[in-house]
Amino acid sequence: MTDDEVKIKSIYYRKKLLKYIKMANAGHTGGSLSCVDILNVLYNRILNVTPETFNDPGRDRYIQSKGHSVEALYVVLADRGFFPEEELETFYGYGSDYTGHPTRKVKGIEHNTGGLGHGLAFSVGVALAGQLDHAAYRVFTLLGDGELAEGSNWESLMAAAHYHLDNLCVIVDRNALQLTGKTEEMCGLEPLAQKLEAFGQEVRMVDGHNITALTEVLGMLPFTAGKPSVVIAKTIKGKGISFMENNPKWHHGVPNDRQYEQAQQELETRLAEIKS
Amino acid sequence: MSFTPGAEFGKANQEVVAGTLLTLARENKNVLVVTSDSRGSGKLMPYAAAVPDQLIEVGIAEQNLVGVAAGLASAGKTVYAVSIGISAGVSYGALGSTHHAIHDIAVLRAINNITIIVPADNLETTEAIKAAAQMSHPVYIRFGKRPMPHLHPSGSPFEVGKALKIRDGRDIAFVATGETVYPALKAAEEMEQSGYSCRVISMHTIKPLDIEAVIRAAEECRAIVTVEEHRTAGGLGEACAAILMEANMQVPFKIVGIPDEYTMTGNQLEIFAHYGLTAPGLIRTAITLLEGNTG
Repeated sequence: MTDDEVKIKSIYYRKKLLKYIKMANAGHTGGSLSCVDILNVLYNRILNVTPETFNDPGRDRYIQSKGHSVEALYVVLADRGFFPEEELETFYGYGSDYTGHPTRKVKGIEHNTGGLGHGLAFSVGVALAGQLDHAAYRVFTLLGDGELAEGSNWESLMAAAHYHLDNLCVIVDRNALQLTGKTEEMCGLEPLAQKLEAFGQEVRMVDGHNITALTEVLGMLPFTAGKPSVVIAKTIKGKGISFMENNPKWHHGVPNDRQYEQAQQELETRLAEIKS
Repeated sequence: MSFTPGAEFGKANQEVVAGTLLTLARENKNVLVVTSDSRGSGKLMPYAAAVPDQLIEVGIAEQNLVGVAAGLASAGKTVYAVSIGISAGVSYGALGSTHHAIHDIAVLRAINNITIIVPADNLETTEAIKAAAQMSHPVYIRFGKRPMPHLHPSGSPFEVGKALKIRDGRDIAFVATGETVYPALKAAEEMEQSGYSCRVISMHTIKPLDIEAVIRAAEECRAIVTVEEHRTAGGLGEACAAILMEANMQVPFKIVGIPDEYTMTGNQLEIFAHYGLTAPGLIRTAITLLEGNTG
């Protein structure tokens, strides 16, 4: 797949996740738009996992600790054939497996997440098991930046470094916003890269919306043998929709009909630009 | 030779756990023990020396301990996470309230898909640890550090969710769990000398609870006393009371445990005595209940 083809997928993923959020009249719009390019690159270029190999012990694992951005994950998994996309019409509905945070009831999902601060510890356990078994699989974990205020993450980072888990890659969706407002105004994270380095991680920064750059950095794992890899992906919450970008109101905002039309129109325009 | 429950003492259940884990680990490379600086308190030093590759230390980080254990289990390992349940109840009574584990059952009972086992003697402990390895969902096992008497003849059948009757009787039924089963047995033996007929049940599995054993006790005995090394709120007693109410069964009933207050400190047996969890206290409770009933 060429870079342009992957970029086009990102546009379609954005259109679809907005469609299902609109249909359900609920969802975590801003965070899904900020991490969807990362998911696109992971599932279309990096991860060694398919619907057919999902139960294979040797598969790569993706654990989305920031479980609230589940819409991005659902549309990517549907596109990769883990389940028929029509099933997403039940998103948020009574009795649906497609709940507002991921659960293992949905094929392709490794672990129930969304209670923030637990996905990384789980990932460390999976990576440790891989190390003990001399297995070739890798474990990828997506953390929200606001989520890093949960102290358990730092316990897990220490353990990951202690056990030299170079089969673990932590990606931080650094959109600098959380539900209430700016992360630096809630409980400041900076200097984040230095903190992570001090905790024994090998850190790289990347533009979390640049498909080429994401592909390059995630293709270089592990950054250093014997150390866990961390990618700080600089992102924009609400990315791709002008009026949603960098506005915490869209953390779980749902567009009205007019806003929805405008959002789809902006994505169509971007699609035409890439295709031309 | 006939077996008398409680006549002879075995090891601390904690030591039995450590020994059983070592046996399991030697049989199966996929068995792992994860510790949070708890190998010493868990009597796991011999385990660590014998199978160092099957012990994972995460440091004093209990949240991480549980998450890492879950991740290992999801990748096919059989994982024992060693934390608060290893010196449960008031095993560490004199260390003060931060070291009393007397709320664990209440918290965990409210979570679905978890089995809770509180073994009373060495046999129940060995069997519980072995049974957990066969289960595909989380199991919480809590035990203490004092030597426990043998309550069942060796080779007795043990089934998770199925209470074990240690002696039968028709006046009072002591429904006890963990390290309070022995004092209940002592109370029963003493009461028998005064002409009371006493049943003693070891309710080793708190969840799922053996509903039938509770209902049968209510049908066949004049009164029920539940006994636990735990807060009276949210533990075995309340679970039994709920079963009886829902079955529309009226029976004189008393929950003996640790009440909702700043807990008395001291060694485990002193705290037991303080809250009526030793034979004299249990006898007093039982006789009051029975005489109130006949009176």
